[in-house]
Amino acid sequence: MFSPGVYNYWVVIVLMMIGFYTVITRGNLVKKIIGLNVFQVSVFWLYISMGKIVGGTAPITPDDVWEHLEHDVEEVQVDGQNGEPPHAANSYAALPREGRYEPGFEYHPPADDEPAGQVTHEYNDPTVYSNPVPHVLILTAIVVGVATTSLGLALCVRIKEEYGTIEEDEIQALDDEP
Amino acid sequence: MVLTAVAIILLRDLFAAVMLWGIFSLLSAGLFVVMDAVDVAFTEAAVGAGISTVLMLGTLTLVPTREKATDRHFQLMPLLICVLTGAALIYGTLDMPAYGEADAPINKHVANYYIRESPRESLIPNFVTTILASYRGYDTFGETTVVFTAGIGVMLLLGGKAKRRGGPSAAPPVKAGAGDDDDHGGAMATAAASASREDAS
Amino acid sequence: MKHHIIVRVISKFLIPFMFLFALYVQFHGDFGPGGGFQAGVIFASAIALYTLVWGLDRAEQAFKPRLIEILIATGVMIYGGTGLLCLFAGGHLLEYRALVEPGHPQHGEHLGIGLVEFGVGITVTAVLTGIFFAFVRRGRT
Repeated sequence: MFSPGVYNYWVVIVLMMIGFYTVITRGNLVKKIIGLNVFQVSVFWLYISMGKIVGGTAPITPDDVWEHLEHDVEEVQVDGQNGEPPHAANSYAALPREGRYEPGFEYHPPADDEPAGQVTHEYNDPTVYSNPVPHVLILTAIVVGVATTSLGLALCVRIKEEYGTIEEDEIQALDDEP
Repeated sequence: MVLTAVAIILLRDLFAAVMLWGIFSLLSAGLFVVMDAVDVAFTEAAVGAGISTVLMLGTLTLVPTREKATDRHFQLMPLLICVLTGAALIYGTLDMPAYGEADAPINKHVANYYIRESPRESLIPNFVTTILASYRGYDTFGETTVVFTAGIGVMLLLGGKAKRRGGPSAAPPVKAGAGDDDDHGGAMATAAASASREDAS
Repeated sequence: MKHHIIVRVISKFLIPFMFLFALYVQFHGDFGPGGGFQAGVIFASAIALYTLVWGLDRAEQAFKPRLIEILIATGVMIYGGTGLLCLFAGGHLLEYRALVEPGHPQHGEHLGIGLVEFGVGITVTAVLTGIFFAFVRRGRT
């Protein structure tokens, strides 16, 4: 029952609830925005910690592997122009341009039977990478987050100018006046 | 980190809270590096600890910097709601895959395809860049549009005509260096600014 | 803040390097961490530092509000334009390998990703600078 592997989610949840509590209880609008940001960062952690693989490395091909890979790809291209590609027919450069993007195309990951995360490249890249997909999602989320934060702050400034306060109850009291 | 977050709630001085938010952001950037997300850490450090904090400080020059003390500070009900929600979520995590497990469902699907194929399809070593701009190009396009829209929104909210309210405003620290009207270039810049404002309004 | 000599000298020394680093992050994003977002944010923070030290008037001389408004749209247009270019070149929307002749899909991908990141960088820089200027301008009345 008690698996020690889920502590990362617990930290995320604690932070999430701290942000949530700030948003609920604090009347100050700027404080609410800070609370929302804390909440947001905790969601980032949730995703990033899911994508981490123990023993993995950052999703950038290391230099030594890279030289090997680049050399191989160029070889495929040169040979492919001469006719027979040296690698199997699933080598990308050997395919016609539209070959992979036909609407009906489905990719069947052949990696399903082997342990994921230890997928080896065709070029014998032995590196284990962490999952790059959550990184991409969160990268997008961070930038959208700063955009929305700035919009919220701008609204705070406008509210201050109109009402003279950024405390929630005072704004409500002003609204209730006829 | 959790301590920083708790301090953010307890502090009533908004300046201190904003600076703590910057520290919180920087710490989380460090943690992202530990979790192998270098691109995300880079962005978080630049955005959270940089621009976002600066924008909050810019806001604090325009609004009161002290949070008013209210009697709402130790309400039982919100705390109860938070604890209950948190407990429910923690109960949910018991079914989650363990941290760093390579066989987790998230690592089973499309990520393997990206890792295997993207260096060969684009000759770019950084998977994150390839996925961001090529495989997920639509997402990034939509996201750029969101940033665009937010920029337009803030400019409409703040760049408009309310500028001529007149009257002395509290001197914000941001404009401490803005008093250099000794050169005639400043007048030109002001003219350009007002011209663009008229366009906007 | 330009009366503080330390701030002035250090920022004068640092700001060109910040711009240079932003450009490095922008164009080296294919090979290491980085890309359009990060470069745009770094660029915008360099401009923000300049504004903090030298004042809004001088910053607006260098980065005219009109120019920023144009750049905000330009970045999105570069992104969309790259997608449409692929469409006209015979591929699908944002299918970069249509940009070059068949047989070298990798070069097309490289070109397309570079263009797209450039568009993202321009938009993020312009938006964040514009937002910052809007806040500062509002503050001086």
